Parts: sequence; C-alpha cells; structure tokens
Amino acid sequence: MNKLSLSRISFIGYVALVLIFLILPLLIVVPMSFSDSRFLSFPPSSFSFRWYETFFNNPGWMSAAKTSLIVAFSTALIATPIGVAAAYAINNSSHWLMRYLKIVLLLPLIVPIIIVATGVFFIYALSGMLYTIPGLIMADVMLALPYVITAVTAGLHGFDQTQEMVARSLGMNRFRAFMSVTLPQIMPSVMTGAIFAFIQALDETMVALFISGGQNQPLTVRMFTALRDEIDPTIAAISTLLTAASFALVLLLVLARRQPTA
Amino acid sequence: MKATAINNNYPHVSHRDASLGYRRREHALMLLLMSPAVLVVFVLLLIPLGWLIGQSFYADGFSLEHYQRIFTEGIYWNTFWVTFRISFIVTLLALLMGYPIAYAASILPRRWSMLVLALVILPFWTSVLVRAYAWLILLQRSGVVNESLLGVGLIDAPLALVHNELGTIIATVHILLPFMVLPLYATMQKIPSDLIQAGASLGGTPLHVFMRVFFPLSLSGVLAGMTLVFVLCLGFYITPELVGGGRTVMASMLVSRNIQLYSDWGAASAVSVVLLICVLAIFYVVSRLVPLEKILGAK
Repeated sequence: MNKLSLSRISFIGYVALVLIFLILPLLIVVPMSFSDSRFLSFPPSSFSFRWYETFFNNPGWMSAAKTSLIVAFSTALIATPIGVAAAYAINNSSHWLMRYLKIVLLLPLIVPIIIVATGVFFIYALSGMLYTIPGLIMADVMLALPYVITAVTAGLHGFDQTQEMVARSLGMNRFRAFMSVTLPQIMPSVMTGAIFAFIQALDETMVALFISGGQNQPLTVRMFTALRDEIDPTIAAISTLLTAASFALVLLLVLARRQPTA
Repeated sequence: MKATAINNNYPHVSHRDASLGYRRREHALMLLLMSPAVLVVFVLLLIPLGWLIGQSFYADGFSLEHYQRIFTEGIYWNTFWVTFRISFIVTLLALLMGYPIAYAASILPRRWSMLVLALVILPFWTSVLVRAYAWLILLQRSGVVNESLLGVGLIDAPLALVHNELGTIIATVHILLPFMVLPLYATMQKIPSDLIQAGASLGGTPLHVFMRVFFPLSLSGVLAGMTLVFVLCLGFYITPELVGGGRTVMASMLVSRNIQLYSDWGAASAVSVVLLICVLAIFYVVSRLVPLEKILGAK
C-alpha cells in the first residue's frame, strides 16, 4: 500500500484539478456581478449592486425576463401532461408501432439543435407563428418532451402496475384509477420531468435565436446578443441570478426525489 | 410481452375473443395517449426535416448543385474539417478528464462521491450562456488566467486564449464534460466490487485489476459518453460563436450564416443534411453496441 500512496495522491490531485476546472467558471461570475467597475477586473475593486439595479430598472431586460418566465412555466404545464400520457403508453403497450414512435419522440435530442432551429423557423414562417410567444412555447414543449418522457418512464418502471389493475377491477374507471392510484406514486418522477421541462425552456437559446424577435425576446436571446456585441457587467448580475435559480431548482429536484416512493 | 401480463391479471377477460377485442382497444387507447406528443414532434420536427431534405436537392428543379458545392468549395470543406477536428479533440479531452472523475465518484465513500457528483451536475444545470460568459472573463487578454500567469511570471505577454479555436475547445470541454462523466458513472456504479476484490485476492496488483477487470467492464460507458460528447460537439453553435469570436467557423455556424446573412436555403439545407447524416450514422452504429436510451440517458 505504501508504494501506492504516491500514485493515489497524484490521482486525487488530478481529480481535484478537474473539479476546480468544472466549478471555477461558475464561481467567477458572482464576484464580477458585485463589482463597481465597468471593466472586467478580478478581484473587483469595490462592492456594489449597480449591475443588479441596471438589470431591474431596464424595461428591455425586464420584459425579456417576463417572456422567459411565461414561456418556461407554460412549457412545463403543457409538456408534463403530454409527456406523462406518452410515457404511460410506452410503458403499457407492446404494439409494434411503439418501437418507432419511441425513437420519434427521442428525435428532438438526437437531431442537432441548429437543424431543429432551422426547421422550426421554416414551419413558423409558413404559419405566421414567427416572433410569437405561443410559437416559442410549442418549440420548447417539443424540446422538453424527451426529458419528461424519460423521467416518467423511469418512474413507471419502479411502480407496480397491478395496483392500478386492482383499483380498476374494483370498479374505478381507468382515468380515475390512474389519477388516484398511479399518479400519486410516480409523482416524484413527474415533478422531475416538469422541472427538466422548465429549466430546458428557461435555458433554450438556439431555437429562440431563430424564432423570437421584437417584444417577445426571451432573456437568453438578449444575453446572447449582448455578449456578442460587448461585454456588459449586467450580464454577470443576470448570470448570478440564473445560476442561483438553477441551484434552487436542483435542490427542489433532490427534495422531490427524496420523497418516499412505494 | 406487457399485453400478456395484462391479460393474466384480468380474470374476467380470459375468453379468447374478448381478450382479442380488449387488446385491440388497449392498443388504440395507448396510441391515442401517444398522439399529442407524436403530433408535436411530427409537425415541428419531421415535416421541416422532410422539407429541408427536399430543399437541399432543389435549385430550379432537381439538382445536386448544393452538395457539389460542399464537396468542391474550400470554405465548406474546411468548416467540416474544423468541426470534426474540434469534436475529436474535445471528446478526447473530455474522456481524459471525465474518466478519473467518474472513477473517483464510483469508488469513494458515499459522502465524497456525492460531493464529486454535485460538482459535476451544478455546471450541467447552469445556462450555457452563463458559462460562455465566465470563460470570456477568465480567458480574455486582461482576464483572470492571463493576469495570474503574468503575475507569477510564467509568461511575459498575455496569451491569446479566447476568440480562437483554443478558447472554443476549452469552453466546449467544460460544457460537455458532464455528458461524459454521467454515463461513465452510471456504468461504473454497476460494476460489482466483488469482482475487483476477487481480482485482488487472486494476486492482481491494483493496476492490473483495473486494466483487466474494471476498465473492460466500463467500456460501454466510455462508448456512450464519447458518442454523446462527439455528436453534441458536431452541432455546437453558441459557444464557438461567443467564445470563438465568430472566427472558428463550425458547421452549425455555416447553416446559420447561410440563412441569416445570405438567405441561401439551398446551401443551408445541404449542410444540415450532411451534418444530420453524420450524426444519425454515428448513433446508428453505436446503438448496435450500446442501447440508445443509455447514450441519451445523461442528456
């Protein structure tokens, strides 16, 4: 074992370095956002909230934040029931079509996002959905579906289906049996799916770059344009808020998973 | 397989005809439940894909002009070459950095392994834009990295770390690393520790046991992680556009520029189709060895 300790120490050191590489960029943004200086400097010279004030006092940023939140909530609300229905069907059916439909539902993850964006842009240009909020929501629903379906399918795998059968054989109709017996028990995975859908819609940039515009630009698109043109420290403030929101959601996710499953 | 299980659980539909009718209704119901999700993907993804493929063969009638351009014009060739080169380098770096992380997470005591996994997952959940911004701060001319290196005296002049291929690679590795670690960890976690102990008790040195027992058993995770990172990198847009400063042109940027700057749908769709064929071919080949769900599990 003694001979090993040197290699063990270098292994631990290497792992620690990679972990620092992973986490450092997230930590660097926070002090930047509290800096008083217009120019990027680290560590910042003096402490201030001015970039947060800029963000909250700028109607442009605020309307973008509002759009993002509306889109993210609506996406979670629409994608979750559609995804739960699909996951239930995938779990219950052995129809030959299912194998292919399952792959179809995974396609939004497989097709490179630039191609998805191009395609959605084309279909919206034809149907007049370009630059609208419902357009953004539907695109995000499509992108969120694979996450919801994967999460809920996993939940259904761990659930004993005969319980639902028992409820039905006792006279409940299928929908009620699902709602009162199955759903409460797979709730943690449904919540996981809903949170995935929310975060994915909040983060989505590529498709939104193509199909959003004018009044209906989400936060990510505004950030992208701001970052491409000049580095504005307001971005650091927004980044910190977004990172904090992600962390809060991950915590929520952990709590949702902690709930006892049957 | 599931259908027979259902019938066994249903004493009152044991009659063969009733069972057949039940099964038919069951199938119809399941397809109905599936339909909203399928409809969304069909309208927003499959129809446009069909149209893109059609466009790529169209220039005043059927034509291979757009494809010819890809294979003859230097800028297209070069873009695909750069895209594949960056993807290879990123995948390799992600494997070299991700494997030890996943290994550590799988062998460390639970508390430590949770910490390691948390540090992998937190950036995973942070917006790509936030991370691109962070790398711009870190890597720019007067950025944190250059200032520290100058301060320590390791370099005399700031290094060009950003707005080039190097910056793109660094930021892309950072963004894609979790996609390597998570499938690797999922595989390693399932390797029974008995096997490792058995290997050791039979007199194998730790290195020998690792090379002959652990590593071969983790290969399906390696394949899943490498595929995911490589394929995602092929289609990367935001990071090269921001951190690469628009100078490192990858395939997806070629698509976007052809549409947004030149409204050249023919060229854009041909590039898209070539990119899509590469991605689907990789997924198809790898899915023969590792199930698709396992590869996409981390995404």
